[in-house]
Amino acid sequence: MGLLRYVAIRAALIIPTVLILYTLVFIVLRILPGDPVLAVLGTKNIPPEQLEQIRHNLGLDKPYIVQYFEYLWNVLHGDFGTSMIISGRSITVDLLERLPATVELAVAGLLVSLLIGVSTGFLAAVKRDTKVDLGLRVFGAVTYTLFIPWLGLMFQLIFAVWLRWLPASGRIDPDVSLRTITGFYILDSILTGNIDALRSALSHIILPALTLGLVLSGPYTRLVRSNLIKALESNYVFAYHARGVRSSKILLHAFRNALIPVVTYAGLQFALLLGGAVLTETTFDWPGIGTYLVEKVGYRDYPAIQAVVIVFAFFVGVISLIVDLIYALLDPRIRY
Amino acid sequence: MEVLGRTLARILAKIIPLRVSGRGRILVYTGLVIVLAVIFMAIAAPVLTPYDPTRRAGRSFQPPSWEHPFGTNNLGYDMWARIVYGARTILIVVFLAIAISMAIGIPLGLLSGYYGGGIDRALSMVMDAIYAFPSLVLAISLAVALGPSLFNAAIAIAVVYVPTYFRMIRGQVLSVKEELFIEVAKALGIPTFRIIFKHILPHILPTIMVVFSLSAADAVLTEAALSYLGLSVQPPTPDWGYDLYKGKGFVLSGYWWLIFFPGLMITLLAVGFALIGEGLSERVRREQL
Repeated sequence: MGLLRYVAIRAALIIPTVLILYTLVFIVLRILPGDPVLAVLGTKNIPPEQLEQIRHNLGLDKPYIVQYFEYLWNVLHGDFGTSMIISGRSITVDLLERLPATVELAVAGLLVSLLIGVSTGFLAAVKRDTKVDLGLRVFGAVTYTLFIPWLGLMFQLIFAVWLRWLPASGRIDPDVSLRTITGFYILDSILTGNIDALRSALSHIILPALTLGLVLSGPYTRLVRSNLIKALESNYVFAYHARGVRSSKILLHAFRNALIPVVTYAGLQFALLLGGAVLTETTFDWPGIGTYLVEKVGYRDYPAIQAVVIVFAFFVGVISLIVDLIYALLDPRIRY
Repeated sequence: MEVLGRTLARILAKIIPLRVSGRGRILVYTGLVIVLAVIFMAIAAPVLTPYDPTRRAGRSFQPPSWEHPFGTNNLGYDMWARIVYGARTILIVVFLAIAISMAIGIPLGLLSGYYGGGIDRALSMVMDAIYAFPSLVLAISLAVALGPSLFNAAIAIAVVYVPTYFRMIRGQVLSVKEELFIEVAKALGIPTFRIIFKHILPHILPTIMVVFSLSAADAVLTEAALSYLGLSVQPPTPDWGYDLYKGKGFVLSGYWWLIFFPGLMITLLAVGFALIGEGLSERVRREQL
């Protein structure tokens, strides 16, 4: 029963987090000075009656408290309202269309960062206090502070413009036809057995995933290194040595234990991953939620911006719940 | 490289004595050299370049040459001039933002940690919610709502880092307030306000320094991101992030100097602050052992 109770409590804790962010965004976008309608129209020379009509249509003439709960009610039913720019365009539909692209990129970026981070961290710990170790630690610290658009554009210059190995931007070649089932292009092309589409989708995701993954790999290097060193100094490792167990086998045991905190960290980093995805997507013209946000920012489309923030908040909450779950399963000592 | 770093560290140690030793010292001083160089660039900009960063200085799209060391952009502006003047923009926004978030986050953290109770719980909850959220997305929505300008960008970035200061200070206060000397101060009847600001605050100053450098590194990247998305200073004011965004349009033409230099400067400045923070944190860690 303990585990179930723990999950229930953790799930309940997402609600206040999302609510606080919702409230914050509401205050920022609706109550702070600056009229969204005027900002969208871009002009002050508009008849007051017409302005009133627009505000009425958008429900902006109601008291704030009514707006607050009305919008919250709609969001809870999965309705994020309609765009302020293209009237009648459902934001929920827009978001659902673009979500798979963002998730695909985020997962690919996470895999790359884990691959780079865990392998460099492992190497640094094994070669502890040598030049290799120092070099890898500096590598981890510097990659973390790389500016994502810069790295992405440099990759484009090198691999797309000069070497012509990979496409510079986009998600798939426009002349490749792919029947979408899930919206995840790589998955879809495998499901439909479409080799051309698979090749195209994979070649498009390499550079953005590498950009995002490289920048986010630094903390993993550090985490795996310090954990593996700690594990290698623990009593059970000495016990193994005393019993004459082979070193490579001991290393494997220690490595497995050192990986547990990485799971938690991967979850905590998901927020960072989403933030990084916004920059990666705009740099590579990747048609996900990040580019959607930036497009809407250009038009000051407040309802759409608000929707993206709420979706991200929900994402972060759910991911942290999943992480806690995995952690609780891995480590039986954790219970509420 | 290592010899050069060590020599530089020794020279700098004479000028700015810091109680940091070993590897921490090299990190701190390398970082300081980078950050001070950028500050120097910002101050001495008119001396470093004869060109106006917002006026045509020659033919468009010239690659780097003796006359234009970083080349020229699509409008024929000198890129080196835009880099040195752009240092002013990013430094002002970053320092302003950090100052604001410290001014809010530190007092709140002190009070929350010292008094505890309901206020502490409420504040912690709000701060944790903001902290867990993708900071860039939060900064973007704030910057949009406030409207693009230098000051508004600073405010948007400041809000993002308030929880960082709040959480760090609160945690430190919680551990310091149990110490004997605080007990004594209380027993002596020293007013609470004075205990917090005269006795607890100085104790956590080293930690504040570490968090300052690390959050400055992050703020550099956030400012650059906002200006890359057109949400900071408006053109034609030189700003590294915006110049990088402009360069993006010419990737396929292969005009690498429009991308390489602005991005390199952003990364360098961020690395500089990060190195200072890393180095200082080695000292703090040692003291706490």
